[in-house]
Amino acid sequence: MRILVCVKRVPQTGGRIVLTPDGQEIDTKFLGFTVSPHEECGVEEAVRIIEAHGGETVVLTLGPTAAEDQLRDAMAIGIDRAVLLETDGSEWDPVSTAAAITAAIRDQEAAGGAPFDLVIFGNESADSGGFQVGIRVAVALGRPVVSGLKGLTVGDGSVRARREAAGGGWETYDLPLPAVVGVKEGINLPRYPSVPGRLRAKKKEIERITVGAAGGGPAASAGTPFGPVKALLRLPEDEGSQVEILGRGADAAPAVVDLLERIGVLAP
Amino acid sequence: MSGPVLVFVEVAAGEADRVSLETLALVRGVAGALGGAPVEALLVGEDAAGVAGSLGAHGVTTAHAVTDPRIAGAYAPGAWGAALAELARARGAVAVVGSGTERGAEVLAHAAARLGMPLAANVVAVTPGDSWRVTRQRWAGSLLEDATLDAPIRCLTIAPHAVPVDEREGVAPAAVAPFAPAVTESDLVVRVTGREAPAAGSISLADAKVVVSGGRGVGSSDGFRIIEELAGLLGAAVGVSRAVTSAGWRPHTEQVGQTGTRVAPDLYVACGISGAIQHIVGCKSAKRILAINTDAESPIMAVADYAVIGDLHTIVPAISAEIRRRRG
Repeated sequence: MRILVCVKRVPQTGGRIVLTPDGQEIDTKFLGFTVSPHEECGVEEAVRIIEAHGGETVVLTLGPTAAEDQLRDAMAIGIDRAVLLETDGSEWDPVSTAAAITAAIRDQEAAGGAPFDLVIFGNESADSGGFQVGIRVAVALGRPVVSGLKGLTVGDGSVRARREAAGGGWETYDLPLPAVVGVKEGINLPRYPSVPGRLRAKKKEIERITVGAAGGGPAASAGTPFGPVKALLRLPEDEGSQVEILGRGADAAPAVVDLLERIGVLAP
Repeated sequence: MSGPVLVFVEVAAGEADRVSLETLALVRGVAGALGGAPVEALLVGEDAAGVAGSLGAHGVTTAHAVTDPRIAGAYAPGAWGAALAELARARGAVAVVGSGTERGAEVLAHAAARLGMPLAANVVAVTPGDSWRVTRQRWAGSLLEDATLDAPIRCLTIAPHAVPVDEREGVAPAAVAPFAPAVTESDLVVRVTGREAPAAGSISLADAKVVVSGGRGVGSSDGFRIIEELAGLLGAAVGVSRAVTSAGWRPHTEQVGQTGTRVAPDLYVACGISGAIQHIVGCKSAKRILAINTDAESPIMAVADYAVIGDLHTIVPAISAEIRRRRG
């Protein structure tokens, strides 16, 4: 099997987000970078499938030169090689991103002489959360696609996919290969990279393809409407709850249960 | 006059999904700003026609219903998206709108890809004009983005809970129009082929009235016994933070947050959860948040309405004991 997994470099947030003074991006002076948890699981899933079935895994990202770090992270847990669609560091909209990834997949498949059996995306990027790049790529390639997956079982020429149903329970889908999937955190518990894995990753190949700015990408040059185009980022207004301290330690239990009764979540 | 705004309305158990009704409320405002553009809806489901008429109260003039069991019998994201795209073209729609639910996001992405149009996801405000201005959520709502959407057909999903439902009385029911889209076999390749019912007696996290959640502070898999005990007494669902699932203490289906489930209960009890932004976005729609934490300065306190300061390992059992005592 050949599997391609797509990831996106994003700031490692956790505490309060701070923006740059021009409101164009998150101030990352004091932040590291990572990929979305969904994509970490996508990388892990690709490695597990190839461990079980044999074949080749490739990781691809569209981003700045520094996104090499995220490609190396993926190779450290077992991805074979990497492709960097190198931007000028500016933000790419989903239409442009999907067009560039589609073009890169076609080139990779032409060079490899066969399609990727599976192209894995994270369900949505952690930062811009457009919920669409994987589906756009699949539609452009004419391949079946399903998102939101928390289970994948590869069979002979097909894959069974499992996702949580609204309201509880699960639903299953059966897709013929080659296919595109959007996976979610929870599909597996990703391993940590080992030291030998990290050392091996340093020696693995990263193929670099310059794509520059979104406005010069394949979507814009094909005259396709693209966007949405970011104007400004801002923090939501502070909902500013005033916290009422009910007490300290176990002695607060009666005050808590009074509250439960008052708000009607506990029949008195 | 402007062409219609076309809304994909989700149907569950013979009713329009509440989040879809919120989307219609926001669209009503957009249609007004467009000088009274008609609002039309697409519903897919064998029972869609029965639901369609009721959408008049939510501003819909015409509701197109796909009931062909080949398409409507089981959820098929590509086929439903293709149907939405076809209808948008046929009706000369100026915008195609869905909800930022799992299915809404998926169907709109399929429709936008097939139309060759951009899609703005999880929008909370729209100002139409030559170029539409939208405000959309990033980082699951921890950050907002003002953006422009410039295309002949604007595709949007509306973030859940961005606006309340706007149901009006004394309005004519929507006209119901059967719609038979020209869906191809390849569009139908991906569809739900099997279902597993939720475990008997389980409480859906997304719909629970009370959620009792535990974080890193619970300390271990065994530590969750006291969380489960309190949840059981309250008829609550158990939730967890990402630290807990990453440690393998609890299944990911219980995770609340950006990459887990978004909850909106009457009460959210956060035990030993410090409150990373990725967790807060998953629980901030709760009506009330009670935090139980050793650290009075932890970020969860910024969104909590009530707090008990101290060790959850003594406080949670004391609360359970007090409930039992009062129940006699």
